[in-house]
Amino acid sequence: MSHASDHTRIGPEVAPGDEQADSASVGQRIVVYLIGLGLAIILTATSFFVADTDLVWQPSIPVALVVLAIAQMGVHLVFFLHITTGPDNANNVLALAFGVLVVLILMSGSLWIMSNLNHNMMPMDQIMQMQR
Amino acid sequence: MSTAEATSDPNALHGLEKDSSAGWRGPASKRIVTGYGFWIFILSDMIMFAAFFATYAVLHGQTADGPSGHDLFDLRNVAIETALLLASSFTCGLASIAADERSKVWFQLAMAVTCILGLGFLALEGREFADLVARGAGPTRSAFLSAFFTLVGCHGLHVSAGILWLLTMMAQVFAKGFRADIQRRILCFALFWHALDIIWVAVFTVVYLLGSAK
Repeated sequence: MSHASDHTRIGPEVAPGDEQADSASVGQRIVVYLIGLGLAIILTATSFFVADTDLVWQPSIPVALVVLAIAQMGVHLVFFLHITTGPDNANNVLALAFGVLVVLILMSGSLWIMSNLNHNMMPMDQIMQMQR
Repeated sequence: MSTAEATSDPNALHGLEKDSSAGWRGPASKRIVTGYGFWIFILSDMIMFAAFFATYAVLHGQTADGPSGHDLFDLRNVAIETALLLASSFTCGLASIAADERSKVWFQLAMAVTCILGLGFLALEGREFADLVARGAGPTRSAFLSAFFTLVGCHGLHVSAGILWLLTMMAQVFAKGFRADIQRRILCFALFWHALDIIWVAVFTVVYLLGSAK
């Protein structure tokens, strides 16, 4: 069992978190993280700025915050976790897509069902009267 | 899946290890299998967090006449927490580069900085929680605060576990060096730490920024 070469043998697939090529130099790899950090800082700063400003139309703020958050998650996935659209990443992307699907169903389903229940629930004072 | 892969002899792995120029049609290397398995775990962890987020989103208006997010949250504190976690994600990336380059000094240095940043995050979060409880806004005050403490506390617990893992990796690299199995653990740790940062993005957006709006 040779242990020295285990991590250098990257075949047609890449582990999540691994970068595409071993050929990238240390400087190039650090630059990737720096770009990711820079983009994340810009998106975070924009989020905090948008959250309490009077400069934009108020009802648009929640939408803008959600869009900024999703963009920043994308930046983290690409620059920190190295999830790409390359063919060697197909398994990782497919697993991620399924995870996102479950998350979306879970979140939207919960909010939808609970708001519907809330909407159809008898007002509290009437429930109190029925219990008498 | 190719037919060659489906019909090949399972023992062919040994032949493939010797003959890397023939291309890789056999089982993936252990690093890929381990990383992929841990990736599945992280996605399941995110699904668990999604359930907590859904709970928080449903309950964030149920304050039981108690304080709302607008009254409680200190966005300056949250911004500092975010900066600490983001910087720690960056230094964690530097640590994985150092691990690939087998540079013990840089690895330990980057991991130590990551650890300090993570501890700073936990200290700020602990102070925030203690402050909320002291102001009578503990998890028992309202459904909103129960959901808040569950969601943010669960993330904090993950960060705490991550720091324990981080210290374990520093000790293992110190004692055993960059063995292949240690390298795989470092890969999984880096995935875990970056994933925590992704979840924090959702936390500061949904809980703090959207929650502190009127």
